[in-house]
Amino acid sequence: MSENRAKRLAIIAGHGTLDAAYPPLILATSAVAMDMEAAIFFTFYGLEIIKKGNADKLQVSPIANPAMPQPVPGVSVPNILGMLPGMTAVATGMMNGWMKKANVAKLSELLEMALEFDVKLIACQMTLDVMGVKKEELIDGVEVGGAATFLEFASQEALALTF
Amino acid sequence: MSFNFDQELDCSGLSCPMPILKTKKAVDSLEIGQVLKMIATDAGSLPDVNAWTAKTGHELLGHEEASGTFTFYIKKTK
Repeated sequence: MSENRAKRLAIIAGHGTLDAAYPPLILATSAVAMDMEAAIFFTFYGLEIIKKGNADKLQVSPIANPAMPQPVPGVSVPNILGMLPGMTAVATGMMNGWMKKANVAKLSELLEMALEFDVKLIACQMTLDVMGVKKEELIDGVEVGGAATFLEFASQEALALTF
Repeated sequence: MSFNFDQELDCSGLSCPMPILKTKKAVDSLEIGQVLKMIATDAGSLPDVNAWTAKTGHELLGHEEASGTFTFYIKKTK
C-alpha cells in the first residue's frame, strides 16, 4: 500500500453559489469519514454558506454558465438570456429539482454533518469586516480567523483545494 | 454471498457522500471484529466503499449487487 502522507484536507471556499457550495462540504465531511482532519476557510462570497439559515437559499447563476443544461433538451437558449429578471430563480429552481430527484443531501444537512464530524469551519475575519457581517450572523460552531489561521492548519501534511 | 452481521444500515436512495458518512458513523459505533451490513443504491458506492476501506483499514468482507442495489459487509478492524 502506498504511503498516505496527507492527513489533512484544507479547503478554501470563495464562492456563494449553490453549485460552488457543495464540493467543499462533501469533500470535507468525506475526508473526516476517511480518518483525515478537514478545515474549510470561508472567504468572500463563500461566507454566504455559513450565514445562519442561508445554506439552503443559495442560488445558481445562469449567467456566464454555458455548461448549465438547457431547460428543454435540444432547444438551445442563448446564454445572454440569463441576464433577464427572474432567470437566476429559474436556474436555481431547476438545479434544486435535479438535486431533490437524485436525493442529494441539502447543504444545511452537510453543514450539520461537518459540525458533527469536527470539520474546522473558519470564517475569514477580513471578509466579515469588508462585508459588514457580524460573527453572530454565522452559524454556531464557526471560528473566525485570518490567512495565518488557515495556513497553520494547511501547512501540516495537508492537501489544499480551492473552490 | 452472505455474512453474519451485527448491525444493518440502509442507505438506499441516498447520494454521495451520505452512504460513506453514515457508514463511518455506524462502524464507529461497533466493537472491533463486528460486522456492518450496508445497503446502497448509489452507483458510486462500490468504488467509494472500496476506497473507504482501503484508506481506513476496515475490512470489506464482500459485497453483492442485484438490480442496482449494493450490499456490503464491512468488518471493523480497529
